[in-house]
Amino acid sequence: MKTMNNAVIETRPQFVLERSDFNRLIEILHEKGYQVLGPRLRDGAIVYDELESGGDLPAGWTDEQDGGTYRLKKRNDEAIFGYAVGPHSWKKFLHPPQVRLWKARRKDLKIEVAQEEQPVSKKAFIGVRSCELHAIAIQDRVFLQGPYQDPFYKLRRQNAFIVAVNCGQAGGTCFCVSMRTGPKVTDGFDLSLTEVLEDVRHYFVVESGTELGAEVLAALPHNAANEKEKTSAEEVVKNTAAHMGRAMDITDIKGLLYRNYEHPRWENVAARCLTCGNCTMVCPTCFCMTVEDTTDLEGEHAERWQKWDSCFTTDFSYIHGGSVRSTAKARYRQWMTHKLATWIDQFGISGCVGCGRCITWCPVGIDLTEETAAIRGSEAPGRKEDPHGNGNT
Amino acid sequence: MTHPMVPRLWWITRRRRETHDTFTVELKPSNGSSEFRFAPGQFNMLYIWGAGEVAISISGDPNAPGSLIHTIRSVGAVTRLMQKLKSGDEVGVRGPFGSCWPIEQAVSGDVIFVAGGVGLAPLRPAIYHVLAQRKRYQRVVLLYGTRAPADILYARELERWRARFDAQVRVTVDHAAGGWMGSVGVVTHLIARARFDPARTTAMICGPEVMMRFTAMELEKRGVPAKNMHISMERNMKCALGLCGHCQYGPSFICKDGPVFSYERLKPLLAIREV
Repeated sequence: MKTMNNAVIETRPQFVLERSDFNRLIEILHEKGYQVLGPRLRDGAIVYDELESGGDLPAGWTDEQDGGTYRLKKRNDEAIFGYAVGPHSWKKFLHPPQVRLWKARRKDLKIEVAQEEQPVSKKAFIGVRSCELHAIAIQDRVFLQGPYQDPFYKLRRQNAFIVAVNCGQAGGTCFCVSMRTGPKVTDGFDLSLTEVLEDVRHYFVVESGTELGAEVLAALPHNAANEKEKTSAEEVVKNTAAHMGRAMDITDIKGLLYRNYEHPRWENVAARCLTCGNCTMVCPTCFCMTVEDTTDLEGEHAERWQKWDSCFTTDFSYIHGGSVRSTAKARYRQWMTHKLATWIDQFGISGCVGCGRCITWCPVGIDLTEETAAIRGSEAPGRKEDPHGNGNT
Repeated sequence: MTHPMVPRLWWITRRRRETHDTFTVELKPSNGSSEFRFAPGQFNMLYIWGAGEVAISISGDPNAPGSLIHTIRSVGAVTRLMQKLKSGDEVGVRGPFGSCWPIEQAVSGDVIFVAGGVGLAPLRPAIYHVLAQRKRYQRVVLLYGTRAPADILYARELERWRARFDAQVRVTVDHAAGGWMGSVGVVTHLIARARFDPARTTAMICGPEVMMRFTAMELEKRGVPAKNMHISMERNMKCALGLCGHCQYGPSFICKDGPVFSYERLKPLLAIREV
């Protein structure tokens, strides 16, 4: 597994693509047989959906984000990636909300199961942020590196072409700098872009991360970037890094949460949490799913589906006799402890990439950076044991 | 590549009523293929047409892989339908999954099995194995507690094991009407009367969580080291592959890291509510 954290950033050749030539990228990907997916305006938000052409991109729009707040706003320029991240993540394409796994028919009490044929569909993702690349890498660990693999996920993953973007602006709930997941894209992309807006010029500094990326770039009008253009691109990322909306102290975060299963703060947050599950739906790494078995009315055909699930429902932990986590306190604690602590033991990496979606899309503005800080700031003295006996990361 | 969520189909060849809510099914593969190899303590995902899938421990003899045996208590929507299964019906099987009882680690020491209710079913393969290889172990103790005399699982087998000169088998019930001349009380009360050498005893415990916890605490008082005690955990399970997230228990996935865990590993978490 490639680790993107603290990776040595190799210098890749940088090129310049003018804004006027950018729409050509989408055309080329279409010509190569890709369904092109990227940001566009819908329902008062910037969402990820199919792009017919460059005209679908949210040029000149940005978003304002804070706990429980998301608002679109016009920019003073025509930036096409001038927003942070919206309610969607690429998870909806790589780990879709609903997947049929198999169909079966029964005749004369004899059952025949036929695995769902997965159409090989090539998808190109335009505008993948660094935090999102890390989120994809995290889901790769979940679905591809355990004792059992999800072969459908693998197929979707293999057929994805990734055009990453270095963030030109930090959102109000962003904290990728704390999580060491951005804002600079370092790895895991086919092409990466930095959008540069100058007084009279609008262009992109481009790097290719794979041979396929280089091939697509070669088909686009481009020039080698000069020092000034490279410096301008670097400044964009530096400026973003300096303006994070949030920060989280992750020092021994695993030990902190393992030691504080009984911290009174959980009661405090439970009094605000609506257990709606929004945070799990918008989270780009939350992978939990349920399995549904159904039949048609005649009882001759059956299907199995996997669907996104949320640890905030009481059904999630139901075993005969009741739910294991019946209180909101237990469910919030499960989510946050999983995200920031037990995930590290399970997959060798944190489950949080600092994208801030769970903060923005929480209807009551619960902020995990605030919750962890509250626990850290009021840890009972002498509470030095953790129930897993391995507190230090 | 076959998706690991696709079940294989098995016929029910025998169905036996165990108690009013518990029954045992014996399965053979529908396509006539091979044996079913598993380790004691492992489980399968059983699918019943259209209704759903449930995790059920394997309760047959690991050294007789010709048939697959499951003892099921009907407590939910899927298991209640399973209670209606009869010979010739087809079910889907995925497995075997999970960790197993420490039957090798226990060799040349004393072994104590403590079971509560239907918790005897996941322990039965380990009991079969230990009794079949009786000479490799020192003392063998089986303590079984259940609600009432009518709920005693595998009663005939318990009687047979109890008749052996090389095993201590004790049964207790929580409550009983007249006519029951056996022991009444919780299973932990039987521990004091069992003879074993705590320092070199391996304990395998299966039953409701609270029963396992109190049993382990009692055994610990007798001097059995926490690392030599093993318990089998139950949580909601949807995939058994470590992919659906439902069976998480702190950092563990019950399906792939368990269901059998050393008590030492889980002890601190067991004391916390609603983990």
